[in-house]
Amino acid sequence: MSSPPAILVEGLRKSFGSVQALSGIDFQVAPGSVIGLLGPNGAGKTTAVRILTTLLRPDGGRALVEGYDVVHQAAQVRRFIGLAGQATAIQIELTGRENLEIIGRLHHLPRDEVRRRTVRLLERFELMDAADRPARTFSGGMQRRLDLAATLIGEPTVLFLDEPTTGLDPRARNGTWEIVRELAAEGTTILLTTQYMDEADALAGGIIVIDHGRVIAEGTPDELKDRAGGDVLEFTVSDRTRSADALRAVAGLNGAEPSADEASGRIRINVGGQGSRAVVEAVRRLDAAGIETEGVSLRRPSLDDVFLALTGHQAEHEERGPRRRGRTPQQPPVEA
Amino acid sequence: MQLVSWAISDALQMTKRNLLVWVRVPAYIAFTVVQPVIFVLLFRYVFGGAIKVAVPGGYVNYLMPGIIGQTAAFASFATAIALAEGMKQGVIDRLRSLPMARSAVLAGRLIADAIRMLITLLVIVAVGYAVGFRFNNGPGAAIGMILLAELFGIVVCCVSGYIGLAIKDQEAVQAFGLIWLFPLTFVSSAFVQTNTMPSWLQAFADNQPVTQVIDAMRAMATGVGPIGTPLWHGLAWLAGILLIFAPLGVRAYRKG
Repeated sequence: MSSPPAILVEGLRKSFGSVQALSGIDFQVAPGSVIGLLGPNGAGKTTAVRILTTLLRPDGGRALVEGYDVVHQAAQVRRFIGLAGQATAIQIELTGRENLEIIGRLHHLPRDEVRRRTVRLLERFELMDAADRPARTFSGGMQRRLDLAATLIGEPTVLFLDEPTTGLDPRARNGTWEIVRELAAEGTTILLTTQYMDEADALAGGIIVIDHGRVIAEGTPDELKDRAGGDVLEFTVSDRTRSADALRAVAGLNGAEPSADEASGRIRINVGGQGSRAVVEAVRRLDAAGIETEGVSLRRPSLDDVFLALTGHQAEHEERGPRRRGRTPQQPPVEA
Repeated sequence: MQLVSWAISDALQMTKRNLLVWVRVPAYIAFTVVQPVIFVLLFRYVFGGAIKVAVPGGYVNYLMPGIIGQTAAFASFATAIALAEGMKQGVIDRLRSLPMARSAVLAGRLIADAIRMLITLLVIVAVGYAVGFRFNNGPGAAIGMILLAELFGIVVCCVSGYIGLAIKDQEAVQAFGLIWLFPLTFVSSAFVQTNTMPSWLQAFADNQPVTQVIDAMRAMATGVGPIGTPLWHGLAWLAGILLIFAPLGVRAYRKG
């Protein structure tokens, strides 16, 4: 890195009582880049973000944001950061405009500058028509946009997005992705945490995989997907008694070994970059062995696949909370 | 020096924000004002005939300082709920990540609640006047009584504020967070003379801060009874409570 990193984390540790949330993580984020912090619930992502945004004090290690120490120079750090947490942090009784103006004034900006930036943000996020209605009347998507706008009124150079699309419908999700891409293009450094491989893939130039408070892998999305064995071919055997035969039939496809999920009866195998050819080959072999299958699908590796490859076990999902947090990170199937 | 001016302007921003929220939700205004009005009418007309007190002007003059004190205390419900909700919803997280002065959130909360409480107290006094209450001790003591009620309310807000910050859940706060207010306000001299209670209850009532404060308020309003003793006892209690709960509240806020 030629210029100093926008975010520098060294040996960060944090425990809550007997729970070790972070066991010493290290990473750097170059200015202007988008980095995804990828991991299951309970991995320590939110804890890391809270420390970096000065909301929490670490037990050990250090972290610098824009060169300022998050513990000893917290006030300076706060001038440069924006934080969008998992819940929208807007005041629903206030109008869109009031929400933004109050946050703007709390940044100690002069009144007319606050008004200018508010109008610009309302226009950018298509909230101008609703600007003077209480945020309570906004749709969920609008509230999210208002929340994002509120993080930007201070024109942060480093933006922290904690699970920005968990619980959103596909349209809102894509909308958020668009905004993140625009911000990245403008040179904002972005650290986003996510459980979704496809989100990290779509937005991040680099991914840091964490689990149980440790960094277990780093790399570009493609590097990680390759390490996870590339695309995954899955199918269910119609006649369960023939599962063993099915496993034998596809063994060695793309040089990989298949595995079977006892509970669902689904068989999966990594097929690298082979894609459609692997599907054809698998179907041919299964057909030759007289095995009927259902639900043949080819999909990109999910977080579970990455974890399976890196750690030998599935990403453990902590308690499934309400819908916004508990969604299993399934990838949409690729057209075979 | 700039830090101080920022602390002040940030606290004012937060105050303005809190008052806007309060004004925008009719239910909040109704709850703040309607409940004490109901209490006034209930105790004045329904219970009033059965309760004998030795005060010129009758029970209504005995009652009103008690209701006013109780109103001030229960006004702190909103403080606890607002802070609990803020902690839970991530609003306070957002605020803590801003370059705003760190004292501003709590300061803005207290100032806004003090303003809200003052308005409520004045409304209750007006309702009292409508049902026969009169200040009998001159305007100076009347103002003093209202100021004492206001101070009392603010200290209670510090306690409930801390509870809201610690519990972090609005429903839990509503369910049991402020349950301690009930014995303190009812087992006191707010509605009846403590010598009508059984001796074990009276021992509690006579020595707890609410009784002291309300006795002082009543003496200021009616001109009956000493002002000095209950006033100093009451202020001592309030100072002690403030010294304990204000730092606790700040700590709970900082831990986030």
